[in-house]
Amino acid sequence: MCCLLFPVTDVTLREDTVISLNINGQRRTADVPPEMPLLWVLRDVLGLTGTKFGCGVAQCGACTVHVDGIALRSCQLQVGDIANGNIITIEQIGNTDTGRRVQKAWLDVEVVQCGYCQSGQIMSAAALLSATPVPTDADIDAAMAGNICRCGTYARIREAIKQAAKAA
Amino acid sequence: MSTAGAPLTRRSMLAGGAALAGYLVVGIDLSTNPLARAGEAPVDVSLNAFLRITPDSKITMVMPAVEMGQGSYTSMAMILAEELDIDLDQVRLEHAPPDRSHYVNPALGDQITGGSTTILAWFVPLRKAGASARSMLLQAAAELWNIPADALRTSAGLVVHDRSNRSATYGELVTRMSPRLIAPDLPLKSARDFKLIGTSAKRLDTAAKVNGHAVYGIDVMLPGMKFATLASSPVLGGKVLHVDDTRAKRISGVRQIVVLDDMVAVVADHMWAAMQGLEVLEVRWDDGPYATAFSDGLWSALEKGSAAAGATAKKKGDAVGQLAGARVFDATFELPFLAHAAMEPMNCTVHVRPDGCEVWVGTQAPLKAQSAAARSAGLDPDKVTIHNHLIGGGFGRRLEVDGVAKAVRIARHVDGPVKIVWSREEDIRQDYFRPLYHLRTRAKVEDGKIIAWHHRITGPSILSRWVPVELKDGVDEDAIGGAVETPYDFPNMLVEYVRHEIPEVPTSFWRGVGPNANVFAAECLIDRIARELKADPVEFRRRMITDKPRARAVLDLAASKAGWSTPLQVPKAGGRVGRGIALLAAFGSFLATVAEVVVADDGEVTVSRVVTAADVGTIINPDTLTAQVEGGVVFGIGAVLHGQITIAGGKVQQSNFHDYRVTRINEMPAMECHFVKNDESPGGIGEPGTVTIQAAVANAVFAATGVSLSRMPINRSLIAKRAI
Repeated sequence: MCCLLFPVTDVTLREDTVISLNINGQRRTADVPPEMPLLWVLRDVLGLTGTKFGCGVAQCGACTVHVDGIALRSCQLQVGDIANGNIITIEQIGNTDTGRRVQKAWLDVEVVQCGYCQSGQIMSAAALLSATPVPTDADIDAAMAGNICRCGTYARIREAIKQAAKAA
Repeated sequence: MSTAGAPLTRRSMLAGGAALAGYLVVGIDLSTNPLARAGEAPVDVSLNAFLRITPDSKITMVMPAVEMGQGSYTSMAMILAEELDIDLDQVRLEHAPPDRSHYVNPALGDQITGGSTTILAWFVPLRKAGASARSMLLQAAAELWNIPADALRTSAGLVVHDRSNRSATYGELVTRMSPRLIAPDLPLKSARDFKLIGTSAKRLDTAAKVNGHAVYGIDVMLPGMKFATLASSPVLGGKVLHVDDTRAKRISGVRQIVVLDDMVAVVADHMWAAMQGLEVLEVRWDDGPYATAFSDGLWSALEKGSAAAGATAKKKGDAVGQLAGARVFDATFELPFLAHAAMEPMNCTVHVRPDGCEVWVGTQAPLKAQSAAARSAGLDPDKVTIHNHLIGGGFGRRLEVDGVAKAVRIARHVDGPVKIVWSREEDIRQDYFRPLYHLRTRAKVEDGKIIAWHHRITGPSILSRWVPVELKDGVDEDAIGGAVETPYDFPNMLVEYVRHEIPEVPTSFWRGVGPNANVFAAECLIDRIARELKADPVEFRRRMITDKPRARAVLDLAASKAGWSTPLQVPKAGGRVGRGIALLAAFGSFLATVAEVVVADDGEVTVSRVVTAADVGTIINPDTLTAQVEGGVVFGIGAVLHGQITIAGGKVQQSNFHDYRVTRINEMPAMECHFVKNDESPGGIGEPGTVTIQAAVANAVFAATGVSLSRMPINRSLIAKRAI
C-alpha cells in the first residue's frame, strides 16, 4: 500500500488565497492556503462533515471523495491542485446511480456499526462499481483494502458491493 | 391526587407518595420540559426518564447507554417499544444527559456503557418503563371514556376499545394523563408475545451513517468555534521545558498557542492551520523519570513480578498440593500492550464561560466526563453540561475522560467554543492501552481430565485507578475475569492475582477486558495438554464440563457446524493447515469459536474460516448479534496477528496505521455464526467474539505447525518452515 506522508516544508509564511472549487455540483470558495488538504476545507470551512478524518496519511480511507469519478484521499489533495476537478462527497453520492445502489445495499445488508469509516467505504465502493460494474473478490480486495473498519464490517461490505452490482 | 388536567411536578407527587412505600410514583413532569414555554401548553410530555410523547404522537426515547456501533440504540428502542406497544418508525432517539438518578447502569453502578452489559443491565428496567407508560396511557383512555382499563387494549400507538369501536392515539392521551401509582409488579409481556424483540428490526442509526448526516463528536460545528490540536508529553509524566512559537504563530490561521505544564495546543481557524502550527511549534520536553522505560525491561520486570505472592481469587480443593512434584503441564503467556485505535480519533469540543462549561463529546461515561470537566474548569458538576454523541468506535477507549479533562484545561484559555481534535499519532501514543499481562497456567491430568488447575495473573490493576477503594483482598475483579468462572469443572483450582503496576504506561479497559487475557491462556494450555494426551481438543473439553450444559451446547454446536471431524483441505497454493477451538463462559454468555488457518512457509498466517456458536440467552436483535460476533472476530484477529505497542525511552514507538497494523478487508476469513435460542436472561455479546478468536487462532496455528507460542502477537519467524 502506498503511504504518502506530508513533507515537513520549512515555509515560514503561508498566504491564504481565494480558492474556488466545484463541490457537489456547486462552485464554492474558500479563503485558504492552496496547499491545504481538501479534507479540512470540506469539514472545517464548508461544514461538510460527512467526509471523515481518520489518519491524515492516506492509510485509512475515511476521507475518500471522488474527483472526476476517481476515488481519492482528501487528506492528501491540496485544494490548489483541484480547482477544475469535479468533486463529489458522501453528501451528494446518493444522487448518482452507483451511489444510490451502494447506499441502498449498505442499508439492506445492515453493513453499518459505528459508521465512522462508512462514508469512505461507500465512496470507494461507488468508484469501484463505476469502473468495474461486476467486481470479483480480488477486485473488491484491491479497491477496498485501503479503507479500514475497526468494527470489522468487511464481510458485509463485500456482500453489499456484490448486491449493489447486481442491482444495476 | 390532583384532578386531571392540573399539571403536577414530580416533587409534589413524591411528597404525597411517602406513605405508599414500594409503589412507583409515575409523575408527569412538565416543569422541566425544555420545549415548554411559560404560559403555553407543553409540546411534549415526559412519561418517565426514557419516554416523551408529543400530542401528535411523536415519540422520543432517551437512551441510557451510548451508541458506538454495537447496535445499542436500536436494541434499547426495541425493548421500550415492545412493552409500550409502538412501531419503531415513530421513534426519535436522544442521548441521555449525565444523570445519576435515572441513567446509572444497574450492572456497573455508574452511568457507563461497557463490559457488554447494556442489554443485560437495561432489559428489565426498560421493559418496566415501557410497560408503566403503556399502563398510564390505558388509564388515561379509561378515564376519558369512562370504561375500565382492562376492557381496553393497545396496538401500535393506539388505545382501542373494541366494543364501542373507539380508539385514541397515544398523543391524544398524553395531555389527559394524570399522575398515578404504578404497582412495582406490573406484569411484563411474556416472551411468546414478543412482536419486536427477537426480530432483526432495521437499525435506527444507520440511515444517517450512509449519507454523511450522522453527527459524531468530531463533527460538532458551533458559531464562532475555533479548532485546535494538542501534543501531550511523549513520555508519561513529562513536562514542557521550553516552547518557541515563532514559526507556529506565522502560520496563516493560527490564533493562539496554549502552553500548559504537560501539553501544548495550537488554536486556529481550522484543523489544517492547527496541525501545521503544531508541526512547527518547537517544544523541548523534560521527559521525566519514565524516559528509561523500554519494552524489554517492562517484560522482564513483569516476569520477575509474577513470582511475588499473589492474592487468592479462587481456591477450591488443594491445587498447590496436587501440582507439587507430579507431572505437570506448565505454560506461560505474555500479552502485549494494545491500542484501541478506533476510527474516530479522540476529540472534545468545549465552551468555558465564567458561570458554566458546555462539553460536546462522544463518551461511554457521561457522569465521569462531567466530573472531569468540572474539576478541570474549577466548577461544580451541575454547572457542566455534557452533550453526548454517536461514537466512531469505543472498544473501551471512551470510558476514559482524559480527552475531556485536557480539552477543558485548554479551553479555559480560549474565548468562545473550541473543538480539540487529536491527530492519529496523538491518539495512538496517548492511548490508555490494554495492559501487558503475564499469565502462568499449570495443570495436572488424571484419567484423561484436568484435576488440578493453577492460573496466576500478573499485571496492572485498572480498577484500582477507577474505583477509589482498596481492592477486596487484593483481587482486581476485572483482571481475574474469565479465570475464576470457567466452563470447566476442576476439582482443585487456584486462581491468583499479582498486582504489578507499570507506572510508565497508562492502561485501561480494552475490548474483552479480563477474559481477553485469561481465556486466551486457559484455552491455549488446554490445547497443549490435549495434544500431549493425543486427545481431541473438543472431546477433551467436553469431558470436563459437568455443570454448564449451555457451555457444552455451544461447544458441540460450533464443532458440528465447523465440521470438526472432517479433514481440512490444503489450499492449492500450499501451506500448513490447522483448526483450533476456544470456549468462553463470561459476560453472561457462552461462546465457542472454531478457527481454520493456513500457515505459509514464511510463517504468514491466514485465517481462512471462523465458525462461532453463541448462547446469549434472550436475543433482542439476531442481526445485531451476528454483526457483533463478526466484528469482534475481526478485532481479535487484528490483536492475535498484528497488534502490539512497544515502548522505547518511555515513548510509544507506533504512531499511525502503517506501523500499528490492523485487520483489512483482504484478510477476512469466511465467517459463520450460529445461535442457541432460549429464554434465559440476556447476556452480553459486544466482547465475547473478540476473546475466543484469539485463542482459536493460536490453537489452530499450534495444530498446523506444532509450535506453541507464548508471546503475542504471533511471531512469524517462529512458525516459518525453516525455523522448525
